[in-house]
Amino acid sequence: MAYTEEELKKELETKEYEYGFYTDIESDTLPKGLNEDIVIAISKKKGEPQWMTDWRLDAFRIWKDMEEPEWPNVTYEKPDFQNISYYSAPNKKPKYNSLDEVDPELLETFKKLGISIDEQKKLAGVAVDIVMDSVSVATTFKKTLAEKGIIFCSISEAIQEHPELVKKYLGTVVPKKDNFYAALNSAVFSDGSFCYIPKGVRCPMELSTYFRINEAGTGQFERTLVIADEESYVSYLEGCTAPMRDENQLHAAVVELIAMDDAEIKYSTVQNWFPGDKNGKGGVFNFVTKRGLCEKNAKISWTQVETGSAVTWKYPSCVLKGNNSIGEFYSIAVTNNFQQADTGTKMIHLGKNTKSTIISKGISAGKSQNSYRGLVKVNSRAENARNFSQCDSLLMGNECGAHTFPYIEASNKSAQIEHEATTSKIGEDQIFYCNQRGIDTEKAIALIVNGFSKEVLNKLPMEFAVEAQKLLEISLEGSVG
Amino acid sequence: MLRIKDLHASVEDKKILKGINLEVNAGEVHAIMGPNGSGKSTLAEVIAGHEEYEVKKGSIELDGEDLEDMAPEERAHSGIFLSFQYPVEIPGVSVTNFMKTAINESRKARGLEDMPANEMLKLIREKSELLDIDRKFLSRSLNEGFSGGEKKRNEIFQMAMLEPKLAILDETDSGLDIDALRIVANGVNKLRSEDRAIVVITHYQRLLDYIVPDYVHVLHDGKIVKSGGKELAVELEAKGYDWIKQETVA
Repeated sequence: MAYTEEELKKELETKEYEYGFYTDIESDTLPKGLNEDIVIAISKKKGEPQWMTDWRLDAFRIWKDMEEPEWPNVTYEKPDFQNISYYSAPNKKPKYNSLDEVDPELLETFKKLGISIDEQKKLAGVAVDIVMDSVSVATTFKKTLAEKGIIFCSISEAIQEHPELVKKYLGTVVPKKDNFYAALNSAVFSDGSFCYIPKGVRCPMELSTYFRINEAGTGQFERTLVIADEESYVSYLEGCTAPMRDENQLHAAVVELIAMDDAEIKYSTVQNWFPGDKNGKGGVFNFVTKRGLCEKNAKISWTQVETGSAVTWKYPSCVLKGNNSIGEFYSIAVTNNFQQADTGTKMIHLGKNTKSTIISKGISAGKSQNSYRGLVKVNSRAENARNFSQCDSLLMGNECGAHTFPYIEASNKSAQIEHEATTSKIGEDQIFYCNQRGIDTEKAIALIVNGFSKEVLNKLPMEFAVEAQKLLEISLEGSVG
Repeated sequence: MLRIKDLHASVEDKKILKGINLEVNAGEVHAIMGPNGSGKSTLAEVIAGHEEYEVKKGSIELDGEDLEDMAPEERAHSGIFLSFQYPVEIPGVSVTNFMKTAINESRKARGLEDMPANEMLKLIREKSELLDIDRKFLSRSLNEGFSGGEKKRNEIFQMAMLEPKLAILDETDSGLDIDALRIVANGVNKLRSEDRAIVVITHYQRLLDYIVPDYVHVLHDGKIVKSGGKELAVELEAKGYDWIKQETVA
């Protein structure tokens, strides 16, 4: 049953068409600035139904009257929102003709991560011949999912094909008016992923946006919606360990998770957007709103490894609405050079016997600033709610900063909340000890950092964990003189 | 094997070693004794290449090769092992993982591939049996929450794993009760061999009851002021360090 190469090529071509990719790039970028006409134009370009256009317009009107938040512990030049183009069709034209034209530093990093040549080409934007493997994997993959009734597609496709689900759930966990960037995303989101797991189904494989690389480019304003119906289970992987370079400076994604009664969602992220150069020039601003809703006995685990972006502002949260529901947050945030991260979580306990766990590991090097910000809120009706939080910071050098901002609001006397925090520094004595055993300084740091992050790395799916480990090493390279 | 000639070393312009001469051959065990602050630990760290110290004068050679321009890890690769007086903790890194990394880094330096996992396991089993170490111990985080005795045993286990040419044991007896001391000393004795040199640094003679040295040197104020056989340690124990101090002044 082997495909011929011709057939594959044809299939890919039709796919592109299916998802509304255009070859004429020049004419497909909207003018800079944001107003109602632009919002309508975006919706039109994507061929969306009227209800979606109205939804976007509503979000835009809310956004217009909002102000950019000032409270995160980061400083950056505020983007000029009228100087951004909010829509350009995914760029399908290769940027380079061969790998020789690509920045050698980038290639070196690919090599260290063990990324295959074909994948390297794809990531760097080099023209690729059709790779038999990845296409056939994607095809088998889709078939298996379809058999189980699992829907996994782009959000644009879901709006067309499954409007009843999108209509019902979009914006229910992260409302349009939630915050400045969520409102902006709601108005102009470019694309993203949609996933629905039917009642009682255990998704047989890790769902990964990786499989969708061919089908939709990740946009500036990504929108993800994952719905796990009753008694279902899904593990979802987002992102890529390979460095993502993007000319768009501002990224504002929204991710919504819905775990119905007895369902479980594991959501793992490895984020490695371009952090800017060693002097702090350039780099992506990553302002993300991620939130999950747990119904009765449901469980949501967020696991994230954050190494990229110049400025990060991100708090994957859980609303523990149903009784006995569980929320977990495991995070490693690395900042080096001039990076700034303000990240953490919110655990909102509404139901009885709800439990949450927060394990946050911050690693700061260079002149970077790394903040943990977390809220544990126990509602008056949430009997016997429990939380355990642990925030550890590791400092390298004398010019970086680690900050912890824990907020606790308990309105029920039966709540049990524990918070532990430590700050440590990679000591010269630790380095010398490793050196004396034959381990050079760079490797020693990697070893110490991996040890420090182990509790979180262990939560990642196996192959992701291995990549994440390498990524930590690379992110901290050259951070000790 | 180890040849130290007229070694002077300082930390932040404070002179600590003031002309050390020492020669240690393969198969020999040398003890270096001396009062607190005489420069014993400094000597150990200078040989290992600690960057805090500045070598002002003199040389250290291992098998005829000058160590001056070698980084600590390069010295380790060429066969120098230091058992630390205060082994450091590395949370989240198991003893096994640490040893695996150390061994493979040394192999890499010699142009060898990583040691295959089954060989590594065999080596670990062999060495832990030799030193009577419970293998559960090896999956614990390096030195984290270890008792004084466990830390020192772990140092000796690492020495067994890395099979150095020259092992320097810096106050391996400090903080150990008599039972732990016996266990650690037995471990070291098992690692004595024809082609290995061992330098034992200690404040007290009691360790030398268990690890019997071929030579004893007394360090005082950055210099070796007296050398002799194992009986020197006994004499020193009987007369105290004041005896040495007086002799040097006189």
